[in-house]
This record gives sequence, structure tokens and C-alpha cells, in this order.
Amino acid sequence: MRYRAASDRSLLVSFGPEIPEEISETNRLLVENLTRRLVAARPRGILNVHPAYASVLVVFDPLTLDHRGVQHLCESTGDVPASEPRTVEIPVHYGGERGPDLADVARHTRMTPEEVVRLHSGADYVVHFLGFSPGFPYLGGLPESIATPRLSSPRVRVPAGSVAIGGGQTGVYPADSPGGWRIIGWTPIRLFDPAADPPALLTMGSRVRFEPA
Amino acid sequence: MTRSPGRIHVLQPGFQSTVQDLGRPGYGHLGISASGAADPLSLRIGNLLVGNPETAAAIEMTLTGGSFEFACDTVVGLAGSDFGVPLWKSFEVKAGQVLACGPARTGARCYLCVRGGIDVPPVLGSRSTQLMAGLGGAALKAGDVLPIGIPEAACQPPHFGPRLLHSTAPGRAIRVTAGPQSERFSGGFYQSAFLVSRHSNRMGLRLEGPCVEHRERGRLLTEGAALGAIQVPPDGQPIILFVEHQTTGGYPKIANVIAADLHLLGQLRPRDEVRFELVTMERARTLLARQEYYVRLSRNGTRKAHLS
Repeated sequence: MRYRAASDRSLLVSFGPEIPEEISETNRLLVENLTRRLVAARPRGILNVHPAYASVLVVFDPLTLDHRGVQHLCESTGDVPASEPRTVEIPVHYGGERGPDLADVARHTRMTPEEVVRLHSGADYVVHFLGFSPGFPYLGGLPESIATPRLSSPRVRVPAGSVAIGGGQTGVYPADSPGGWRIIGWTPIRLFDPAADPPALLTMGSRVRFEPA
Repeated sequence: MTRSPGRIHVLQPGFQSTVQDLGRPGYGHLGISASGAADPLSLRIGNLLVGNPETAAAIEMTLTGGSFEFACDTVVGLAGSDFGVPLWKSFEVKAGQVLACGPARTGARCYLCVRGGIDVPPVLGSRSTQLMAGLGGAALKAGDVLPIGIPEAACQPPHFGPRLLHSTAPGRAIRVTAGPQSERFSGGFYQSAFLVSRHSNRMGLRLEGPCVEHRERGRLLTEGAALGAIQVPPDGQPIILFVEHQTTGGYPKIANVIAADLHLLGQLRPRDEVRFELVTMERARTLLARQEYYVRLSRNGTRKAHLS
């Protein structure tokens, strides 16, 4: 474990080097554990916890804590039991107007669109973390054979519910937002609802399956 | 439930006026950054001016201002940049009076604070508006009616010495600490001047200027991003992550604006020139402690004014 000051009010806790190969089940569990402990304990002065693939950024109030104190909290906060991971099935309308990049993904991977859909919906995914924007799940488990580079220029607006592939990752956009991933389909499922408790449908460790609708 | 009869009617919303408080911490693990006021220091002082807790919600005006009609007698105070209305002091308004603010003469944002605070329903513990995610409402529109909260206790409008104003002088370098990937960049960043791009918003302040050269290419695994982080995409044009920033990102970060200077970001206008000065963590802590000392002095001064 490596601790670095990312700013005067945040500490970056890393479980491995900053390279794509560090996306692993081991690191996912370490990140989930630290996030779960800090979120459950809510130590005084800890403002936010931003998990990622192999690191956790801990944002704190510098009038209450310093980097050393936050490091101590990361090491000493007691474990809490993890809840049983849920499996969430997400129905997807692949292709068509709401999946405008399916053909491009098929071309890039030298498959038919049907094969891309079969592979995308046949895999088991796990939520590494929610990040970027409210409720946005970073999923692991995309078959390597359908990995496709991001668009060279991001779209100004990706509609909420868009299911997309970006490099070796796949995900669902919870809200209208800019985005550079390739949109292969659309789901009516709402991933984020501020009035719901919890507001995000998926949590770290949730299992996800995409079902062709 | 009894509610205060106080209301503010939005006659002209101006460009991107929103309801803001000190933000929505505690949900970063759901992808929600804390957000809140773009210049939280001004909001805090504005609230003190009208006898509110520092955390109360107010109207954040951006560049053009706006006009607002009060449906009750109340006390208001403006804090932040000069929008052509008396700043850094509170004054009484009568029912039916209209307060027209703006456009900004200097800076970018001004807070219209009202005694009792703006009492829109909290979302995830905060009344602040996060525009990008649509959390807690949207930018104000003409015809919107904003409820005013019930003040905690009667108070005399205090006078406030604007000592903190000195720290918002334009043209001053913004102070930063080294970012988590600072070693990936070659020199030159701290000698360069950048212009704030028109394509800036509450998510990010885009800068234009000399290309910030990456010494090491190589990709960065997506990691947590902090408010005020200065990330540098491959084109070498830095982006300062602002209040509605993404919680994680994949661009290397050369530096991070110190906590004591975050409020300055909320006063930057398009085409403003910015420079950066590297300071140590210890210096950053000292500067924040000093700033908080002045805020505390003002707060205590205000309390005394209430008692006398």
C-alpha cells in the first residue's frame, strides 16, 4: 500500500502501480474493503471517499485532520461485514438508433453485430466502483474480443441509459452527459435516483448481467 | 408543518443563477462530488452578514446577475464580486421591493444571502444545485419562487470589515501543491501564464496557453480526482477540476489548488489570466489556518454585534 498527498485536503491510497494491468479482483477487493470501512465509520473530518480500480482517494477537512491522521484512520478503522453482493439484470435494446455504434464495434472486432451482442450479454460483470458521475458503474468482465477504442472525439451528449464500450470497459450512463464511449444499446432501467434510498441501483461488488430485450 | 411566509420571486434569473450551500459531502463513493458554492468563502461571509449559519443556502449569481422580488420584509447581504449593489454589508428590504444585481464589474460570482436562508428541500443532505447531474434542481428561471427559511433568532444586521477582500485581488498567482503525477511533466508550468477558456463551467475550468509537456507518456489507470486538481490531457492544455468535478479520472495531474485558494477559482472569468505558484503542504496548511482565523474573527465580531 502506498500513501501520497494528492492535495492539501486529500490522500491517495494506492494498491498498485498506475497501469491498466492493475485492474484485478485482488485490487477490487482491497479498494472495496477500505471504502466500506471508511464509509461505515464516517470518521470525523473525512469528507469523501473516491474509490477507483486500484486506489482510493480520501478527501478530508484539513482543519480537522492531516495526511498522517488520515493514513492512521485508513489502517485502524475496523472492518464491517460486507453485504451479500446483489445480481442485477439490466435489459438492453441493442443496436438501432439508441445503439448507434454497434456496427462500428462489429467492424472493429471483425464480428457480426449479433456476435457482439451475444458476447456482451453472455458475460458476468462485477462493479469495481461507482465514479466519474453519480451512479456511473465501472464494470469488470468485458470479453477482450469486443474491446473497442473510445471515440476520437467525445459526444457532447450521451443519453441516459446508454450502454457503451470504452476500450476494455463497459458501462451504462446513468444521466445525460458528455461521453466518449461507443454506444451499443440502451436500457430503460434507472441507475441513479436521488429520491431513492440508496440513490444508486448498483454498489461496489454488485454482479451485473445484460439481457437482450 | 409551519413554513415561513417568506418568498423570493425570480424576475430575471441572469446567466446560471443557482441555489447553493456548502455542498453535499459524503457521497463520493457513489460518484457524487461534494459540489456547492463556487466561492464558498464569500457564501460563508454573506451568511454571517445576515446572521445565518455559514452553511445556509443562498443564490449564487454568475457574471450577469439577476433581479429578485421579495414577498416579505427581510434582511439581505451580498458577498463576492461587485455586481453593482452594496457588498459586504447587510440591509433591510421591504415586501414588494425588487433587488436588481449585475452585471459583474469584477470577478464572476456574487451571493445573495437572505436572513433565514433559501429553504428549498435538501437532496442528499444539501440544498446545493449540481447542474450536470440535475441534483437539487436546476439553474433559476424567471417565475421561480424560492421559499425563505425561518431565522434561528432575532439579530441586528452587523457591520463587517471586508478584510478577506484583499485575498481576492485579481492577477494574483493561484497557489498549488504538487499533484500525484507531477513528476511526469517537464518544467515550464510555473513560468507560464494561461487564459481561462470560454468553455469553462462548474465542472472544470479549461485553460489555454503554452503546451504543458508530458515527460512520460503512458496511460494512467483511472483514479480518484480531487477538487482543484489540475489535470493535463494529451493536448497539454490544463483543466482545473471545479466544484462539480468528476470523482474519478484518467488524466495525470500536475498540481492541485490549495484549500485556501479554492474560492478564487469561483471568481475567475473567461479570458482572465492565471499563473500558478508552487507551495509546500506546510505552507498550504498555514495559509488555510490564517484564512480561517479571519473568518472566525468576523464571526465573533458579528456575535458581539448581536449582543450589543
